[in-house]
Amino acid sequence: MFFPISNSHISPIYLAVIGFLIGVMGGFFGVGGSFIAGPALRAVGLDWNFAVGTDLAHIVGKSVVAAKRHRALGNVDLRLGFIMAIGTMGGAEVGAQLIQMLKRAGNVNSVVSIVSIAIYVSISSFMIWESWRTLQYQKRRPRSKVAGTATKQDESSFSHRTKAIQGFRLCPMISLPTSGVKAISLWVIILVSFIGGLFSGFLGGGAGYIRMPMMVYVLGIPTHLAVGTDLFEIIISASYGTFSHAIKGNVDILIALVMNTGAAIGAQIGAISTQYFAGPKIRLAFVPLPLIGAAIVIYTMMSGHKL
Amino acid sequence: MKAEAAKTLRAFLFELAIYAALVTGYFFLVLHYLSGWLQDLHLHHVKVYALTAIALIIGQAVLLENVTTWLMRLLRGRSE
Repeated sequence: MFFPISNSHISPIYLAVIGFLIGVMGGFFGVGGSFIAGPALRAVGLDWNFAVGTDLAHIVGKSVVAAKRHRALGNVDLRLGFIMAIGTMGGAEVGAQLIQMLKRAGNVNSVVSIVSIAIYVSISSFMIWESWRTLQYQKRRPRSKVAGTATKQDESSFSHRTKAIQGFRLCPMISLPTSGVKAISLWVIILVSFIGGLFSGFLGGGAGYIRMPMMVYVLGIPTHLAVGTDLFEIIISASYGTFSHAIKGNVDILIALVMNTGAAIGAQIGAISTQYFAGPKIRLAFVPLPLIGAAIVIYTMMSGHKL
Repeated sequence: MKAEAAKTLRAFLFELAIYAALVTGYFFLVLHYLSGWLQDLHLHHVKVYALTAIALIIGQAVLLENVTTWLMRLLRGRSE
């Protein structure tokens, strides 16, 4: 199929299958999947600028579907999502400005590549350690479940530190009843979302790979709610990014529309799947994703392709 | 339990087949007619193109989500 905006020939089946796979990942983990979609588009000959911009547009559509599904399941904390959107946009702007500075200094590719490898590997290592510890703790502890009330367990071995962060009292303090947080400083939420936005602006994509773990471990949001709320957040940040890239001529919306046809069904399957897995298992299954991103960056550094 | 899983899988595969047929029609009809207009917007009215792109992707996502939900309900209703 010919796509005139990017002047490229790509099989629509390939695009729909890629969209489907990323849709499943997004619905299940609450991430945009940019570290898979970008290289997948590049692999069929799309220029990097189109791959990044088109992927952002596709992320908007996919996240709308997955967030709607999570909202129906009660997995979206709207209050938290709207507060976080403020910090995300500020962080994204600072991240983009850092990129511009590095561009002017002439070392953007090497710095961004090294930072991304370090971040992806650190996130995966931390989540392996934490999920493994939580699962070990659950195995050792005697079960107290009442028959017929099979609730999903969402404990974290990091919870004592999360409580310490929630105990940080800097006004204004707010409550998040949907997430079960009685009181937390607004500034902690803004800081977390600002860091997420910073990574989104600096490394591209929705940055769910850092925002989702931070929501669980720093803010103490239950994993299922973190996934849904993160998707809601990605809609806002990716829409902003899509508009910005489209103005620069980097979005082939026809490719994004075709990818979205696969993502529509994949996201539903991913979102429904979260109901069958406990929090630590979702977090453990998330571990390979940042590592795949790190592997792709290492490959592009070694092969000399521009990322 | 196995029979239940097999029924769910059958319903899902059937849904996938219907969905694939719908999407194939969509590729050839809607995208074919849209591409010329979108290319023109992309070349001459880039801000309108940017806003249209966001509106289209959100609109399509919501539409397809409703189609898949409707298909799932229809098939589940029939299998019960």
